[in-house]
Amino acid sequence: MSAPNSSFDPVEVTPLHPEQVQIAVDDALAAVAAADDLEVLKEVRLAHAGDRSPLALANREIGALPPQARAEAGQRIGAARSQVRAALEARQETLHRQRDARVLVEERVDVTAPWDVRPRGARHPLTTLQDRIADLFIGMGYEVAEGPEVEAEWFNFDALNMPPAHPAREMTDTFFIDSPDSGVVMRTHTSPVQVRTMLTETPPICVICPGRTFRTDELDATHTPVFSQVEGLVVDRGITMAHLKGTLDHFASAMFGEGIGTRLRPSYFPFTEPSAELDLECFVCRGDSVGNPDRPCRTCSSEGWIEWGGCGMVNPKVLIACGIDPDQFSGFAFGMGIERTLMFRHGVEDMRDMVEGDVRFTVPFGLEV
Amino acid sequence: MRVPMSWLRDIVDLPAGVSAREVAERLVSVGLEVETVDHVGGDLAGPLVIGRVLTFVEEEHSNGKTVRWCRIDVGEHNESGADGVPDGRGIVCGARNFAQGDLVVVALPGAVLPGGFAIAARKTYGHVSDGMICSPSELGVGDDHDGIWILPKDVGTPGADAVGALGLRDDVLDIAVTPDRGYALSMRGVARETAAAFGLGFVDLAQRPEAEASDSWPVEVHDGLGCDRFVMRAVSGLDTTAVSPLWMQQRLRLAGMRPISLAVDITNYVMLETGQPLHAYDRTRLTGPIVVRRARPGEKLRTLDDSVRHVDVDDLLITDGSGPIGIAGVMGGASTEIDQDSTEIVIEAAHFDPPTIARSARRHKLPSEASRRFARGVDDALQEAAAERAVTLLADLGGAAIVAGRTVVAQPSASTVIDFDPQTASRLVGVDFSDAEVVGYLQQIGCNVATGLAGLVEVSVPSWRPDLAVPADLVEEVVRLHGYQHIPSELPPAPVSSGLTLGQRLRRRVGVVLAGSGYVEVQSYPFLSPQVHDAMGLPVNDPRRNALVLANPLSDQEPELRTSLLPGLFATMRRNVGRGAEHLALFEMGLVYRPEPGDRHPHPPRPVVDRRPTEDELEAIAGLLPRQPQRVAVVLSGERERSGWWGTGRLATWGDAIEAAHAVAGACGAELTVVADDHAPWHPGRCAALVVDGTLVGHAGELHPEVVSGFGLPERAAAMELDLDLLAPAVEVRTAGPRFSTYPVAKEDLALVVDEAVPSADVAAALLRGGGELVESVRLFDVYSGQQVGTGKRSLAFALRLRAPDHTLTPDEVAVARDGAVAEAGREMGATLRA
Repeated sequence: MSAPNSSFDPVEVTPLHPEQVQIAVDDALAAVAAADDLEVLKEVRLAHAGDRSPLALANREIGALPPQARAEAGQRIGAARSQVRAALEARQETLHRQRDARVLVEERVDVTAPWDVRPRGARHPLTTLQDRIADLFIGMGYEVAEGPEVEAEWFNFDALNMPPAHPAREMTDTFFIDSPDSGVVMRTHTSPVQVRTMLTETPPICVICPGRTFRTDELDATHTPVFSQVEGLVVDRGITMAHLKGTLDHFASAMFGEGIGTRLRPSYFPFTEPSAELDLECFVCRGDSVGNPDRPCRTCSSEGWIEWGGCGMVNPKVLIACGIDPDQFSGFAFGMGIERTLMFRHGVEDMRDMVEGDVRFTVPFGLEV
Repeated sequence: MRVPMSWLRDIVDLPAGVSAREVAERLVSVGLEVETVDHVGGDLAGPLVIGRVLTFVEEEHSNGKTVRWCRIDVGEHNESGADGVPDGRGIVCGARNFAQGDLVVVALPGAVLPGGFAIAARKTYGHVSDGMICSPSELGVGDDHDGIWILPKDVGTPGADAVGALGLRDDVLDIAVTPDRGYALSMRGVARETAAAFGLGFVDLAQRPEAEASDSWPVEVHDGLGCDRFVMRAVSGLDTTAVSPLWMQQRLRLAGMRPISLAVDITNYVMLETGQPLHAYDRTRLTGPIVVRRARPGEKLRTLDDSVRHVDVDDLLITDGSGPIGIAGVMGGASTEIDQDSTEIVIEAAHFDPPTIARSARRHKLPSEASRRFARGVDDALQEAAAERAVTLLADLGGAAIVAGRTVVAQPSASTVIDFDPQTASRLVGVDFSDAEVVGYLQQIGCNVATGLAGLVEVSVPSWRPDLAVPADLVEEVVRLHGYQHIPSELPPAPVSSGLTLGQRLRRRVGVVLAGSGYVEVQSYPFLSPQVHDAMGLPVNDPRRNALVLANPLSDQEPELRTSLLPGLFATMRRNVGRGAEHLALFEMGLVYRPEPGDRHPHPPRPVVDRRPTEDELEAIAGLLPRQPQRVAVVLSGERERSGWWGTGRLATWGDAIEAAHAVAGACGAELTVVADDHAPWHPGRCAALVVDGTLVGHAGELHPEVVSGFGLPERAAAMELDLDLLAPAVEVRTAGPRFSTYPVAKEDLALVVDEAVPSADVAAALLRGGGELVESVRLFDVYSGQQVGTGKRSLAFALRLRAPDHTLTPDEVAVARDGAVAEAGREMGATLRA
C-alpha cells in the first residue's frame, strides 16, 4: 500500500513503468483470449480487471508520482484498463452467443413424435355438402327454405298435383303417422317446402330446400329409408326451361368439375310439366363403355349416363293451389339426392357408410367437402 | 312394358338396319324410359333342333326319382339304332308331361343354353344321354319350369333348327312406363311413339267396328262415374282342344306373361297389343243381367286366385244374379271363370274410373296387368275394337262362331279440347317455335288441331291421351318431340338474396364449433323401439314417452319416432365401440317430434287444390302437425384428452358435456346458467339443467349407470342435449362494443369453507355480488374436502380480479371489496374464510 507522496521512491512506482503496464495488458489479453467459457472469463475478469488486478494496483500508485508525472501515468493506465475491459466485453459477448447457440441445440426435441392430445372432430359430409350447395345457390341469388319433416299430406301430395289414389303416390312409398288416414306423413321429398314457400312469399321466388326425407326403402348399398334431398324452385315472370337447363349445368359444373356433360330426358312428375330427368355424363367411363362389351362400366351400367335428379317446369296446377297465377308467372323446380351426389363426387360405394355413424367414415372429411 | 322388337317391326315399318339399341335411344329421347334392351337368346348356340318323341320307357330309380329314357327323332342328326331301336338319339328326361309323337326342342351335344350351360353327352341313370329335351325356361323363354316344351304339330320337321322356327332369338325393350303414359303399356302406344320418333307413318289397327243390332248380354251400369263404358261380345262353340299358336305363345312369353289356354292367351295378347284389359266369362255360368255397382257393406267374393275377398264399399263390383262376380278392373271371380272345357265365352271390355281401380288394387294388394292399365287410364274409345279383336282371334284360332250382337253401355264421351296459344311453347321453353312447328308436333301424337279465336288453336286430344288436359301438357309434347337436347342453356336473372337466416347461420356455427372441439357428427335414423323409454329410465309420466307412431314402420320393433336425439346417439356410440373405437365424442343435430297428448285428428282437413287454401284451412292443416324442435346433442366416452408419450390423458366426464353445452350456447350468443338437477337419463348427482334467461334449454352430465349398461355404453359415458330453437335468439342481438379499464389489476385469492351441498356457482355469484362493481371476475381454482375442513364441508378457492375504470385501486379499496364479497358469501351461503 502506498503512502502519501512525501518522498518519491522510483522503486515503489515500478508498476507504472510503460513496460510493466504493457506486460500487464498483454497478460490480460492473453488470458481473455484463452477463456473458453463464461465461468473462466469471470475469473479472468477478477484477475485482470478486478480490484486486485495488476493494473488496478498500478493505478493506486499514481498518487505516489510527482505531480508532473501523474497525468502521463494516469493516461497510460487508463488506456490500458480500457483496452482490457473492451477485450473482456467482446469475449463475454462471444461466449454468450456461443452458450445460447449451444442451449438451442441441447433443447432440441423430436418434433415428429405424435401430439394428438385433443381429438379431431368432423362434420358429417352430408351436412357439409348441403352447406356447400346452399352457398353455391346463395351466390346465385337464392335463399334457403326449410319445413317440417313430419308433414301434412296436403303439402306433401295434394298441393303437388297428387290427389288421393293418384298413381304417382305409388311411386313414393310413404311412412304414415298413426294410420293411412291421419293426413300426416313423413315427408317423402322436400317439395312440400316449395309449397310452403309459394304460399307465404310472392314472386320472384328463388329458393333451395335442402333437408331430410323418408321413404319405406330397406337399407342397402344404394337405398336408405332416411335420406337427404336438395330441391330448387324459381318462380317469376318469363322463367323458361332454358333457365332450368342453365342453372343445372352450372350446378353440375360446381359439383363435378367444369365440362361435365348433362342431359335432360323427358320424364314424368305430377308437380312439373314439362318434366325431365337430369343425367350426368358418366365420369368414370365418359361414355366409352356404351356398346363396348369388352370395357363394361359398373358406375353407369355401360349406359354412359347416370341419373342425378328430376326437374321440370312447375305444373300450373301447383301454382294455382299456391295462389300464384300461372298466366303471369312460370317457374322451374329441380331436386336431387345429396347421398347420391356424395357417392358420385367422392366415390363412396356403399350408402350404409353414410348412415351408420362410424367415425372412420366421417373424420377424414373434416370440416369441408 | 316389355316390347319384343319382332312384334314392333310388325306394326312399324322400321328400316331393317335400325338396331334395338337405336330404337331404345330414340324412345328415351322422346320420354319413354327404356331401362334395358334384353338380347333374348343372344347366348344360344346350336345344334338346337326340333325333335319327335319316338318311344320312351319310364324307369324308377333308387333315389326315388322316375325318369324317362327316350328315343328322339332329330332328322339329319339321327344316329342309327340297333337291335330294333329306331334311328334317333337316346336322351334321359326327368319331366313326364309329353307323349309319344310330341314335338319337342332338343339341345344336342355341342349346344349352349342361356347362362353358358354347355350340353354334352353324359352318363346318367345308367344310360348315355345324348342331349337334352328342353323346357321353356331352359331356353331362356319365360319362367315356366313345369315341364318340357311341347311344340305344336305344324311347327316343323324333326331336325329343323329350333331357334328360327320358335323365334327364340329376339331383342326386347324393357320400358318403365311413367304414370302419365298409360297408352305406352301397349304395343299400339309404343309403336305410335316409335313411328313419331323415326318420322314414319303409323296405321292404327284399333278401329271401331260397325254397330250391332242387339246386345250380347244384358248389362246395367249403376255407377256411371266408376264405369263409363262397358262392352260385351260373345262367341260360341270354341274348340277346347285348340291351343295358342306358337307365335302368340312366344310373344306372350317375351312380354313376360305365361301362356295358359287359347282363350286366356287371346285376352292377354289383345291387352298387350291394344292396351285394353279384357275379361272372359263362361257364359253358361252367368246368371241374369250383369250389374256394375259399388260394393255393399259385408259383401265378399272368391276371386280367381281362389281367395275370399271382403270388399270395401268403395270397390266397384261386377255382379250378376248370383252376387259379385268380379272386382272391376282388378280381378274376376272364380264362379264365372272360364276353364279348359268352356266353349261359350263372353268377352268384357270396359273403361273404369282410374282412381277407383288404383284404390281397389292397393286395398286388396292386387297389382295386376289389368289394374296397372286401368289406374293409368285406358283409351276410352277402344273397348269395341278390342272386344272385336278378341272374338275374331277366338274364331280364327279356336274355331268359335261369333255370336251376333254387342252390348255397349256408354256415357256420352266428349273429347278434351284445349284452347292453346302455340307460342306458349316458346315462352315456357325458351326456344322460338313457329306456330306450324307446334301444330305439326301435336298432329304427330294424334291431336286434331283447328284454328280458334284470337290466334289460339283448338287442340282435340286423342282418346288414348287422357293425360293431356292443360296447355302445359301440350308444351311437353312439343318439346319432347323437338328434343330436350335442343333447349339452350342460360341462367335466369339473379334476384337479391339476403343469404342464410339467423337460425341457419347459428346451426352451421354450432356444427363447426363442436367439430372444432373434437366432436364427430353423426346422423341417426329417427325410428325407435318403445322399450327405449324404459332403457332411458324415463318416469311413467315423462312427456318424452309420448312419441309419434308410424302406421307402417320398416321394422315392427321400431315403430316410434324419436322424442330425443340421445337414444340414436347411444346406438351409434355402441356401434362404434363394437367396431373397436375407444375414445368417442359424437354429436348430432336434427329434429325431434313432440306431439301433445291426445293429438289425434280423425278427419284431417284436405282443402281443394284449384285455388289457394284459406287462412283457416292452412291453420287447420298446421294443427295436424306436432312440435318439431331442432336439437343438438353430444355423447362422449373414453379419453377426452389422450394419454401418450407426454403422460396420462384425461377421461371424459360430466364436465365435458357441460363444456360442450357452453360451446353451443356461445356459438348462439347465449349465456348458460348451470343448475343441479335430477333428470333421466342422467346420473342423479351429476346432472346439470341448462338455463338461459330463466328458460330450461337442456341438460348435461354423466349418464345414469343403468342407462349406460342398458344401452351397452362404456362406463362413465357423458351426454348433453340442447333445444336449439329455445337457445337461439329470435332476432339477432348486436353485441355492444366492450369498454374496459387500462388501470392495473388487483388480484385476491380467497378460500371459503361451505357445506358440501352448496353449489360453487352460487358461492361465486355471492362473491361477485358482495364485491361490488370493482370485481372484474371470480373464478373457482381449487376444491378441497378432507380432515382440515371437517366432514360435510368443503373448501372452495376463488381467484378474484379487481379493477377500477378510472384509477389504480388503493389497498384500502381492495380490502373493502374483498371483505364485502366474503361477507355476502357468508350471509347467503354460510361460507367462512378458511383459517
